[in-house]
Amino acid sequence: MLNRRSDLPLKGDATSRFLPWLVALMVYLSAVAVAGTFVLAGLVSRWDHDVAGTLTVQIAPVPGEAGEMLTDERVRQAADLLRRSTGVTAARPLDKKQTLALLEPWLGSAEVVKDLPLPRLIDVTIDPDSRMDLGDLADRLGQSVPGASLDDHRIWLSRLINLSLTTQWLAIGIVLLIGGVTSATVIYATRTGMAVHKSVIEVLHLIGAHDDYIARQFADRAFSLGFAGGLLGVALAVPTLFAIGWAARRVEGGFLPQLSLSIAGWVVIALLPFAAAGLAMYTARLTVHGTLARLP
Amino acid sequence: MRHRPRGEHIIRFDGVGLRYGLGPEVLQDITFALPAGSFHFLTGPSGAGKSSLLRLMYLGLRPTRGRVVLFDKDIALTKRYELPALRRRVGVVFQDFRLLDHLSALDNVALPLRVRGVKESEVQKHVPELLGWVGLTEQLHAKPSTLSGGQKQRVAIARAVIGRPDLLLADEPTGNVDDHIAMRLLHLFEELNKLGTTIVVATHNEAMVQRFGHHPRLHLEHGTVQRVS
Ligand SMILES: Nc1ncnc2c1ncn2[C@@H]1O[C@H](COP(=O)(O)OP(=O)(O)OP(=O)(O)O)[C@@H](O)[C@H]1O
Ligand SMILES: [Mg+2]
Repeated sequence: MLNRRSDLPLKGDATSRFLPWLVALMVYLSAVAVAGTFVLAGLVSRWDHDVAGTLTVQIAPVPGEAGEMLTDERVRQAADLLRRSTGVTAARPLDKKQTLALLEPWLGSAEVVKDLPLPRLIDVTIDPDSRMDLGDLADRLGQSVPGASLDDHRIWLSRLINLSLTTQWLAIGIVLLIGGVTSATVIYATRTGMAVHKSVIEVLHLIGAHDDYIARQFADRAFSLGFAGGLLGVALAVPTLFAIGWAARRVEGGFLPQLSLSIAGWVVIALLPFAAAGLAMYTARLTVHGTLARLP
Repeated sequence: MRHRPRGEHIIRFDGVGLRYGLGPEVLQDITFALPAGSFHFLTGPSGAGKSSLLRLMYLGLRPTRGRVVLFDKDIALTKRYELPALRRRVGVVFQDFRLLDHLSALDNVALPLRVRGVKESEVQKHVPELLGWVGLTEQLHAKPSTLSGGQKQRVAIARAVIGRPDLLLADEPTGNVDDHIAMRLLHLFEELNKLGTTIVVATHNEAMVQRFGHHPRLHLEHGTVQRVS
């Protein structure tokens, strides 16, 4: 592909000078965005794992004589609400005996404990694939059942996961946007090139060249320029990513979770030059076909 | 060479008119037909529209009205992807040659073969042969900018005939050369004509037309064909 003959003198065009640099910049930015996406995806899947499975809902006891019955009623309400929520596969209230059994190691089995106003627990099993919004569940629970609360740590984690997912989509959007900008530039560069070589294109057209014969020459050129730019972009991005990783490891100290880019992430980054070259080639080809369609 | 029954028309114009943009009609009511294997001169004063008429014939322009039928295909009804095949059967010597400056004489002449996907070994065999035939053996690798007017013209002619066209259109092919070379070129065209190529030579060189008076002429004046004789 890179050595196919060309009748058009495209090598000396101004495009040859600016397109690789532009593509390099675009691939550099994409590589950083892709790395970010994969690091976040790694974090999310780890956090997700932590959240998955079971969680516990606590119902604060109502003090007083009639308290016990009111508490029972609240437990029932909360369990009903939980069972009706999507993503919840089971909600099993623990009765007082079971709660006491759980507390025995700490409180002992003395009779006196039985009369304490103990919080009541509901064992909730959630579907690990449902990615449910625990924050929302906690809000609804708190509103409909007074004194009900959901494990705090998990809510916080769930909110963080949501934020990460949003950020991932944002990163994917940025990569798409970068692709769009690259395409637009290739279109502009190709049109300019066609205007510069108008007379040559006309001669080729008149001696019976198919549109694709001409389009291919521009496409081949765009491919090599895009590929060269892509390699340069990745070459610049890799040290940047290592630098960010190094900086992150220095502040880690328990605050940041372990940041690491998976093999899949590196593979995607390695494929970026090909993607850029392919995009440039395809765009150039379409552009030439579009422009040639106007010739007689 | 393709086999054709004699008497069939290579190209036919039916009430063709042409205007450039919003300008006046430079050609109007052009109606004629060229029999296969014929040899015509296209004459007329400067600005009469000879180059424009040829441009319509090699599909470098679409008529603004009327019908052009090339090799039995109505151009207006022909699909875009079928046009290159028709263009390849037409060889053109442009008035301003239109050689590609960055390519050598050899590569210029090779173009019609290369756009057809002819094997490179064939190209390397036939092109130098033909360039030798028009006396440019020494200039195979010369760029057009280093060639004289007459040499460029011969490269242009070689490029027009390398694909053994069924129809050869030459626009003022003798404009830049002395009488001696002009004669040789016309004899070359006559040779090609004998092999079956239909030929149209646009010129305002009356003396030459007289000398080759046995060929009929299409005469353009005031934007229309005045006489086919
Ligand atoms: N590209 C163009 N745009 C606008 N007008 C044009 C164009 N080409 C030719 N014309 C006009 O069309 C008319 C015919 O021009 P054409 O070149 O066909 O004449 P010609 O017979 O070949 O002349 P010559 O003998 O000088 O080569 C002229 O009036 C010219 O000004
Ligand atoms: Mg002319």
